[in-house]
Amino acid sequence: MKLPDLTELALRNLRESVLRNSLTTIGISVGVASLVAMLSLGIGLQQLASRRLMKSGLFDTVVVTSRRDLRNFNREEERNGPAPGESRILDEPTRREIEHLPNVLEAYPDIRFITELRYEDKPHLTMVAALPPSAQTNDAFDAVQGHFFSSDVAPEAILQKAFAEELLGKTPKAGVDETKVAELAAPLLGKDLTMRYAQREAASTAPAQSGNEKSANDKSAAPADQSLAGAAYSVVSREQKLKIVGVADLDPESMRGPTRARVFLPLKLAESLHVMQPTDLREISRAASDQPVYSSVSVRVKSPSQIQTVEDAVKKMGFNAFSILDASKSIQQFFKVLDVFLGIFGSLALAVAFIGIVNTLVMAILERRREIGIMKAIGASDGDVKRLFFAEAGAMGILGGIVGVALGWAIGQVINLGTNIYLKSQSFPPEHFWSVPWWLVAFAVVFSFFVSLAAGLYPAGRAARLDPVQALRYE
Amino acid sequence: MSSTIRPPQSSASTNSASAIRAEQLCRHYRMGETLIRAVDGVSLTMRAGEFVALLGSSGSGKSSVLNLIAGLDRPTSGSVIVHDRDLAKLSREELAKYRLHTVGMVFQSFNLIASMTLAENVELPMRFAEVDREKRDYLAREALERVGLQARMNHRPSELSGGEQQRAALARALINRPQLLLADEPTGNLDSHTGTEIMNMVREFNQQLGMTVVMVTHERALAERYAQRLIFLADGKLIGDESNPGVADKPEPVRTEGGQP
Repeated sequence: MKLPDLTELALRNLRESVLRNSLTTIGISVGVASLVAMLSLGIGLQQLASRRLMKSGLFDTVVVTSRRDLRNFNREEERNGPAPGESRILDEPTRREIEHLPNVLEAYPDIRFITELRYEDKPHLTMVAALPPSAQTNDAFDAVQGHFFSSDVAPEAILQKAFAEELLGKTPKAGVDETKVAELAAPLLGKDLTMRYAQREAASTAPAQSGNEKSANDKSAAPADQSLAGAAYSVVSREQKLKIVGVADLDPESMRGPTRARVFLPLKLAESLHVMQPTDLREISRAASDQPVYSSVSVRVKSPSQIQTVEDAVKKMGFNAFSILDASKSIQQFFKVLDVFLGIFGSLALAVAFIGIVNTLVMAILERRREIGIMKAIGASDGDVKRLFFAEAGAMGILGGIVGVALGWAIGQVINLGTNIYLKSQSFPPEHFWSVPWWLVAFAVVFSFFVSLAAGLYPAGRAARLDPVQALRYE
Repeated sequence: MSSTIRPPQSSASTNSASAIRAEQLCRHYRMGETLIRAVDGVSLTMRAGEFVALLGSSGSGKSSVLNLIAGLDRPTSGSVIVHDRDLAKLSREELAKYRLHTVGMVFQSFNLIASMTLAENVELPMRFAEVDREKRDYLAREALERVGLQARMNHRPSELSGGEQQRAALARALINRPQLLLADEPTGNLDSHTGTEIMNMVREFNQQLGMTVVMVTHERALAERYAQRLIFLADGKLIGDESNPGVADKPEPVRTEGGQP
């Protein structure tokens, strides 16, 4: 029998005992709905978690430090490879080399320094960090009041909310709702800040001299004495005017390295300032020219799955590399296990539906025994009969699958809504726990179809094997 | 009363002399402890175009013989050869094809599918034969016209009289242009008037379309009126085989009540 005929006959047969078949189809729907609900909860939670984690930038970033940075030397893993004294310096050429590794999006130096900023002639001491242009796409800067840097060299600054409060002389009152960023931003945007900083200025040539590494470990050490000792460059006090273009609502504690600061500058601008860095002291003997030497470089990787390869490549170059890969691995594993469990629970209902289909079709065989006999007598083959029952099972499966996906989606929406109302009442921001991606919709319908076909396997075989003589005798 | 057993060497019936040939045909059932010999060593030959009646009381095995010829059942031993094909040797699939293309069947209880209209019932064999929809519609309409039911084609069987249902069943039996028409007590559920109407149609098919007709009945009078040959069965054995030369060629008169084609 041809497929259109088969489908037509199957649908007609389903309509004939509409109540029973509807109930069976509803059974499938409930099964599919529970599966979809469970899986979309799992997917939604995973997306929520990875959104949070990706926002933090921890999972697509490898932090590269020089092995010469002895602060980390005690770590077990760092004992392999070249001795610190013989290993390479993390300078601009190396940064470019890292940037050209496969799967690396960008590698930018972590420029951070503590310095003094003047606003309306009042000094404020704070941590300043440089942001690469790519930070604009970082979700963390979604909530910037004002705008992002107009260019990578613009003399502009984005303030952390807490620092904005400090500038305006406000202190957050406990118990009261936090101040809105917009309120803070209004009086500050477009105003000027004056940044005072220590600029490193290259002297003629650096004399070959070694043994200064250990003395440079103290970050807060006054730079003056050390620079004199090296005599490779001088340190000059400079001022830079910065225009406030944005105020960001960042949670400083949850942020990764470079964003753990209160004032942000464009990266290229920060580089051009040649602000004195602690590493300058350490590498004073090695730096060939005025090429900057970095204490650490952040390497952004195309996707978290490529972290490991990039990390290995960087280590091969002779640097230390850190990522929170292990943490992310166990988190991924957790979600895989969670998905499996949710899938199993969801499938239980579908298993019940499976039995329902078998039951319905076996009943249908008993009921339509004579009809099967007639069809065989007038020339239906075993295959025709089998395919007819398969088609009926498959039609119920597709129908149940579609209704089930809709139902599962609706359940998800309701629970999402309910949870968000609860979150709101607890003054948490709303979250999207439930996610029904298109592939899940397609998967659920196809899965339901194949489960139904599998359920039809036994009844269809039984119907096909029916002895026509006995079937015709049956009243 | 002599059974017409043909010698094996003449079995190659390419001259269409024998449409159906049974040799030592047996069909035994086991019912609990007892062995039921429904058909027990029947040998017979039927010519193409012949109108044969299988007569016998209930339990004589006549329906079992018919089912074996129809390919609905398989012999326990012996063989049924229809148009040079040994049905016992066909696979289930081939047997289904045989039923589809070579055999048309009508039953005492009409056996129309209740959920389908007459037109759908009639075209059902063509669905199995994978005939195109337009051709199917056309042929089903034609077949229903032939049995005078064109006005009823969109009715369901339950809305029709027994005679009309049997006419629809005849139309269905004809739809794939089979060579054999097998009828199992076709008038058993009909009054004599409607029965005559149906039997006239069967004879018409036999004479006009050249179909070989095998009819099972327990009514000797009916058989004598229509069949060219009467075969008697009892306890699964062939007990008589008579030709019936006096069979009328023209249709039996039917008291008309309208609707005659």
